[in-house]
Amino acid sequence: MNHGIFEKNSLILLIGILIVVSIGGIVQIAPLFMLSSTIEKVEGMRPYSPLEQAGRDIYVREGCYNCHSQMIRSLRDEVERYGHYSLAAESMYDHPFQWSSKRTGPDLARIGGKYSDAWHTEHMRQPKSVVSASIMPAYPHLETTPLDYSNIQDKLKTLQFIGVPYTDEMIAKAAADIEAQIAPDTPAAKELLARYPKAQVRKFDGQSPGEGVKPTELDAMIAYLQMLGTLVDFTKFDASGPNLR
Amino acid sequence: MSATAAVKPALSNALAMGSAAVFAALGVFLAVNGVDPVMNLHGALLALASVLALIYIFTHQTEERSGYLDGPIRVATLAAVFWGVIGFAAGDFIAWQLAFPALNFDLPWTTFGRLRPLHTSAVIFAFGGNVLLATSFYVVQRTSRARMPGRWSPWFVIWGYQLFIVLAATSYVLGATQGKEYAEPEWHVDIFLTIVWVTYLLVFLGTLWKREEPHIYVANWFYLAFIVTVAMLHLVNGLSVPVSFLGSQSYPVMAGVQAAMTQWWYGHNAVGFFLTAGFLGIMYYFVPKRVERPVYSYRLSIVHFWSLIFLYIWAGPHHLHYTALPDWAQTLGMTFSIMLWMPSWGGMINGLMTLSGAWDRLRTDPVVRLLVVSVAFYGMSTFEGPLMSIKAVNSLSHYTDWTIGHVHSGALGWVGMVSFGAIYCLVPWLWKREGLYSIKLVEWHFWLSTIGIVLYITSMWVAGITQGLMWRAYDNLGFLKSFAPSAGFCSSSVAS
Ligand code: HEM
Ligand code: HEM
Repeated sequence: MNHGIFEKNSLILLIGILIVVSIGGIVQIAPLFMLSSTIEKVEGMRPYSPLEQAGRDIYVREGCYNCHSQMIRSLRDEVERYGHYSLAAESMYDHPFQWSSKRTGPDLARIGGKYSDAWHTEHMRQPKSVVSASIMPAYPHLETTPLDYSNIQDKLKTLQFIGVPYTDEMIAKAAADIEAQIAPDTPAAKELLARYPKAQVRKFDGQSPGEGVKPTELDAMIAYLQMLGTLVDFTKFDASGPNLR
Repeated sequence: MSATAAVKPALSNALAMGSAAVFAALGVFLAVNGVDPVMNLHGALLALASVLALIYIFTHQTEERSGYLDGPIRVATLAAVFWGVIGFAAGDFIAWQLAFPALNFDLPWTTFGRLRPLHTSAVIFAFGGNVLLATSFYVVQRTSRARMPGRWSPWFVIWGYQLFIVLAATSYVLGATQGKEYAEPEWHVDIFLTIVWVTYLLVFLGTLWKREEPHIYVANWFYLAFIVTVAMLHLVNGLSVPVSFLGSQSYPVMAGVQAAMTQWWYGHNAVGFFLTAGFLGIMYYFVPKRVERPVYSYRLSIVHFWSLIFLYIWAGPHHLHYTALPDWAQTLGMTFSIMLWMPSWGGMINGLMTLSGAWDRLRTDPVVRLLVVSVAFYGMSTFEGPLMSIKAVNSLSHYTDWTIGHVHSGALGWVGMVSFGAIYCLVPWLWKREGLYSIKLVEWHFWLSTIGIVLYITSMWVAGITQGLMWRAYDNLGFLKSFAPSAGFCSSSVAS
């Protein structure tokens, strides 16, 4: 073959390169959007409640993924340590995904319910107070910073636009739902639970709930952590049939 | 190419001043109307930079034009060294944080989670990026025997890129990030980078179009592949929708498993095209030039080039073994990663064998030694990489410090050393000096960095493999073993 044609025409070289480097990506990425087996059919997945989503945004902001994975691999020790291996369905509403590539701390994909809120509050304040050998940074400012949820509607709207199944009602009630999730035993909380089944309603950061009490960033963070991995009902999950990959 | 002529390209000047004015206006608008502090700050920085540019262009409308355009290359060379110092210092600092967490200072801006992306971006994009800008502009002009086109575009590429770095770095510290490794900059920074990058591509192509040489030299194939492929990766992986056009936050369009595949298609090829193809361009120019020998094999260059760029793109899934990515994709990724060993070593052989007949230079010239040892590290990390792509091996290495060791044998051993080899060649050429200030210091540099890198990666191998083995250790009753210090953290909490 005569390679001269590429060496003498920069445009032909450019086009040649573009063709050659496009193939792999097309073959690997496009089918993931087309094959229905890519994301398992499961029961229980729902979009994040506004407070959980706000907590997730803080998780991303602080760069927790630099040390924590959210992806339990299908290996015996991981499943025994952390629980059922992670399904693709469990991160299908995650913009951005946070699987991570480094486990300096433990995996968090199923951290929800493993520790109490009080543990998390202490841990964010000073990790060493609950795990003496921990090298995690402390985040004492989370509990003293009021959560800014002035644009929570816009956030949910943006997520709806890119495919998260938020209903218009969920968007309209976004701010109210944030306040409701830290106000247990109120009618608003009941409404929230109808919209977001399994959502946990309480004041997460250890302060007492009440009329006019505003959420802190720590409330949002713990609300997110406490729901991680709790949605899918694994008693009803069958890894065979259409879910076999 | 040596006659000096004073030129005053009115159209270029007007266009440049017009663009600077538009950027300045946009900057002021965002500084005032931005809805969060990051956007306000970025608006102000954009405005400031554009006004400075405007003043500079206005006062420098006449240009003394002679030969090649080296001014932007000098700036990029100095910038590479500057950002290199910052990036390495940041790496050193986060390493101390891992040993002494008190160094996180309990402040939001100084936590490991925010500073680690600062390290990775500073070394890859700021240090590595400036080395690539400087060398590619140098090489493409010399091997084409043509001056870069444009009065201001090359300058915009260089200074625009520095502004991009400042925007990205300030975002991370202030907590504005898209949360995807090596693609952390927010949407507005991504858009700005796209403008800079497209200009870069056009300047590079423009120089090729103007060339006096019939053939495009092999180093330029690699540079061109690096530039266009990075553009493609950046555009696809960066797709996101801002929450507000006046705010810095956005949500990436893709989620979950598709996002993961796309991210590591991007991430692995940030390695393949940014940290490899671009730097191979350096190897193909600076090694032959420095030892005054032709490239070992022309045929091998052709095979190396096309097979490398074809295979690299497929390797992304080796970052996702045993995850929720479908098995067929993992298998494809593993297969292509293993095949990638061959072109990688082909390239290494082509680089090393270029020394045949000039091996004595290894003894006499420490700059050659830097270049050659970098290629040796390249060979080592591209052997280790395919090994780690095998699923059984990756099940142990993934998530551990082994990956960190692999990263730095490539990043420090290959990228770092080939960069400094090239900088040591470039500086005397660009500033028209007889030679380097002190060859003795280069000797010191060579030995210190070689020993340092070897210590770094060997300690990470030991740490990583130990970590991996401990995570999967069972006692003789079949229970997962729990070890201090992670005992309280994960294992026992499962048991209890
Ligand atoms: C003085 C030199 C350097 C030091 C001390 C250093 C230190 C570090 C540290 C401590 C980490 C975090 C590891 C962890 O999370 O456990 C890291 C990560 C990283 N560094 Fe460096 N580094 C250096 C140079 C470089 C260079 C020159 C490059 C690239 C050209 C580089 C690229 C990276 C990358 C890509 C990561 C992330 C790895 C991953 O996510 O797996 N580093 N470095
Ligand atoms: C044939 C070439 C190569 C192959 C097949 C390869 C393969 C791999 C594999 C299997 C991993 C581990 C992924 C994981 O478990 O998370 C990895 C990580 C990495 N490699 Fe390579 N590698 C190659 C060359 C290089 C070179 C030359 C460099 C640097 C210049 C490099 C930089 C990195 C980085 C930065 C990561 C860490 C990504 C992250 O997790 O953040 N690799 N590579």
